[in-house]
Amino acid sequence: MKLEIKNLTKEYDGKIVLDHFSLTFPQKGTVCLFGPSGCGKTTLLNCIAGLERFDSGVITIGQKDKISCVFQEDRLLPWISAKDNVAAVLSGNAKQNGEEAVNWLRLVGLAGEEDKHPAQLSGGMRQRVAIARALAYGGGLFLLDEPFHALDEESKTQIISLIKEQTTNSLVILVTHDSREAELLADVTYVLSGPPVKIVDTITNC
Amino acid sequence: MTSTTQNKFIVKHKMARKLLVAAFWLGIWQLIYLTVQQEILIVSPVCVVQRIFELSRDSSFYLTALYSMLRILTGFALGLFIGTVLALLTSASQTMYDIFHPIISIIKSTPVASFIILALVWIQSAHVPAFTSFLMVTPIVWGNVTNGIQKTDKRLLQMAYSYRFGAVKTLKRVYIPSVMPYFTAACTTGLGLAWKAGIAAEVLANTEFSIGGQIYNSKIYIETADLFAWTTVVIVMSVILEWLMIRLMKKVGQKYNVGR
Repeated sequence: MKLEIKNLTKEYDGKIVLDHFSLTFPQKGTVCLFGPSGCGKTTLLNCIAGLERFDSGVITIGQKDKISCVFQEDRLLPWISAKDNVAAVLSGNAKQNGEEAVNWLRLVGLAGEEDKHPAQLSGGMRQRVAIARALAYGGGLFLLDEPFHALDEESKTQIISLIKEQTTNSLVILVTHDSREAELLADVTYVLSGPPVKIVDTITNC
Repeated sequence: MTSTTQNKFIVKHKMARKLLVAAFWLGIWQLIYLTVQQEILIVSPVCVVQRIFELSRDSSFYLTALYSMLRILTGFALGLFIGTVLALLTSASQTMYDIFHPIISIIKSTPVASFIILALVWIQSAHVPAFTSFLMVTPIVWGNVTNGIQKTDKRLLQMAYSYRFGAVKTLKRVYIPSVMPYFTAACTTGLGLAWKAGIAAEVLANTEFSIGGQIYNSKIYIETADLFAWTTVVIVMSVILEWLMIRLMKKVGQKYNVGR
């Protein structure tokens, strides 16, 4: 889907995080925003997701499409099971949603864990539930903010290939400070510095 | 020993301890009674139990207890409702908060006796106990629910927003489970206060068919045994109601999968 950022400016706590930042994203594929922590990547992502206001500039998002987010923290509802957490973002009837949720959990390697509550799962498992939730929700735009940090190497590789498989027709924006993740997943990597966020390098993977 | 028999043993052990503690305090009571030896100042536990049995032979005993309970529960329920609605209003709008906050603070710190006497002037004396209980419960519910709403995790709210939960789903999935523990706490504290304030209002209003009215009469006729007996009735009813309410809240909590 179309995503264009023009002259985005945002001040946060007296610090200019975004200063007339502009970037046009491709229709589909994976774009990696790579940079040190605290450079303003998360703020940029929050602005795109509509979770934070910005002072000036324009963000144009193609169709009125769904945006799926994986946050740095798992942000699961602690009072319901893994299955219900995934089912909560689905719009079908309860039974269908449940079955679909179980299926997504199986795909992220959590078969048999669906009835556990977030507190009964490890950090990595919770993060995988959050990824299952985003994939289940679907849509044309995925915003992934450090989604793999709690995962071990093996499940990281699995999850990355699952995300690749499931998002072929979508635009995926991955925020990370791990160069290997960027290499594995990204079609284009923008190396950022800041604040204020600046693109210092562009790497294209073919 | 299997774990179930062990559990039974622990339960029995706990019961025994509780009974022992009760026996200890009843013993102290009896000792004070024996030392004082004046029925006007203090009566013996046995005498209180006897008096309750005597009173309970008359059908008006049950009517009195029932009416008092209904008055207090009416005030309590109204307080829960209005307190929650107010909390929703003042959380949704800063102006509403600014308007209601001082009033609620004033209600909270006004002596209950002042309210009862004012209410006796303002409204029919039969409604004063329920009104008083209502006034005691409302600020507590308001305070706790407001606190619960404020403490709701902003990050979960962002998640709900980004996944387009909408108002109903956000309420059901995020707000209600977050606020539930605060609401439950308000219910427990509120019910206890509703009883105390409601009975006090009955005493001052000398309400017909009321435990408070009976307590008032026992003061006039210096029937200390009656005072003890009716007070015991209040305590027992209050404890039973609180127990029932906690069970009910647990059921409601389970519906929203809270507390796991």
